[in-house]
Amino acid sequence: MEVSFGITGKDFVLFASDTSAARSIVRMKSNEDKQKVIGKHLVMAYSGEPGDTVQFAEYVERNLRLYQIRNHLPLRPSSAASWTRNQLATSLRSRKPYSVNLLLGGFDPTNTTPELYWIDYLGTLGVVPYAAHGYGAYFALSTMDRWHKPDMNLEEGLDLLRKCVDELEKRFIVNLGEFTVRVADKDGVRQVNLKSGEAVVPV
Amino acid sequence: MDKLVNRFSKVSSSSSATANAFEAEEYGYALPLGRGIEKMPMPEFSMPSLLDPTSFLQLHTDDASDPSCRIKINHGTTTLAFRFKGGIIVAVDSRATAGSYIASGTVKKVIEINPYLLGTMAGGAADCQYWETYLGIQCRLHELRNRERISVAAASKYLSNLVYSYKGMGLSMGTMICGWDKTGPALFYVDSDGTRLKGDLFSVGSGSTFAYGVLDQGYHYDLEDEEARELGRRSIYAAGHRDAFSGNTVNLYHVKEDGWEFIENVDINELHYDRKYGYGPRIEQEAADKAAAEAAAPGQPIAA
Repeated sequence: MEVSFGITGKDFVLFASDTSAARSIVRMKSNEDKQKVIGKHLVMAYSGEPGDTVQFAEYVERNLRLYQIRNHLPLRPSSAASWTRNQLATSLRSRKPYSVNLLLGGFDPTNTTPELYWIDYLGTLGVVPYAAHGYGAYFALSTMDRWHKPDMNLEEGLDLLRKCVDELEKRFIVNLGEFTVRVADKDGVRQVNLKSGEAVVPV
Repeated sequence: MDKLVNRFSKVSSSSSATANAFEAEEYGYALPLGRGIEKMPMPEFSMPSLLDPTSFLQLHTDDASDPSCRIKINHGTTTLAFRFKGGIIVAVDSRATAGSYIASGTVKKVIEINPYLLGTMAGGAADCQYWETYLGIQCRLHELRNRERISVAAASKYLSNLVYSYKGMGLSMGTMICGWDKTGPALFYVDSDGTRLKGDLFSVGSGSTFAYGVLDQGYHYDLEDEEARELGRRSIYAAGHRDAFSGNTVNLYHVKEDGWEFIENVDINELHYDRKYGYGPRIEQEAADKAAAEAAAPGQPIAA
């Protein structure tokens, strides 16, 4: 029942993830952050098998950090996505594969472009202007097809994201609660409030 | 038995006793450090000699797919814990069932890991008991190595990493690790899928939905100590009443700054009938109270 969205604009990438942690029919938690900031301009939204998700996300986070410490340079978004995809593809043929779906992306300061990668647990990698994982894909991809523009500014991007979340609230029978939204742009990564569009001050 | 006694009584010979006393003076700890105690290995298990031990275990223990399976693992529970201004309340029932059979009504489902940490038991009773006791050992070793108590976050992560390494091999646990550390009261939910969640309020087990029904509606952070204990008790009562796999008695604990305290063990029947938690007894009592008030002051409007 997990949902995540990713949208690129002119000079930013938006990520939205639901905040429910469910076990069978029970919502155990309603403020779980299912995204990880894995670089100065890089974000990863993860969903999938409970347990695998956090373990894999922390594994990626620490390896990207290790790369940066060793080389005094962070991986660019495309390389980070390739490395992560490769880890999932390797894992797929192991005894116990990670069942994790990812949206990975960010702003590449070297060529000033926003990049978004759709990655699934089978090791598929797609370079996309907008994407969704989970049931959200069935509802919101058409919305994004209809209203997305590559040169959107942040306010237009947030408007599109609001359309997607509104559609879910209207047609999807499950109430997913609040959404975590992050923006990656030239200034780095920040969390924003979906309703107001204002930056969320970290506690 | 004599062999065992001999083996362990030899340890406290006079020379090592003086050495221990010396170290206790120097470090404030009675156990010798760096003498191999921290080299305790991961426990090893004997496995069925089959190609796939996991599916073998499942074949004989999965009650859901085969009700006639030969080994019925103890299941069915209600446990809850919540954070509030006075610390953490931990409340559990005491019933263990194996299939439709009540195997015990006096199970201790709160595992006292150390004076500052509690773990709760849901799912496989043996899995929880074994691994949480093991966690207690590791927490003590952390204390000896670092001269500092382990944080609740670290203890719960140790457990979650441990059970994650056994993922898919048939472990069944749903546990809450509760305690008080440098950061104040802390509560984590850890289960055998490898999920680990930090939160203010959790309930785990087959009766958890019934417990949530009472708990969620009565909960706020600024509860007084007695109100909070009452809420925990009532929630477990509710689950014990409605869930066939939960019941018998309520065990109540309160975690405070100076460690946990055991509050009480109370029979659910007593709560239902004598303390009027039950719907029937409550309505009867209210009617009786109303009649008594009416008799005391006839014709007067009764204050709500």
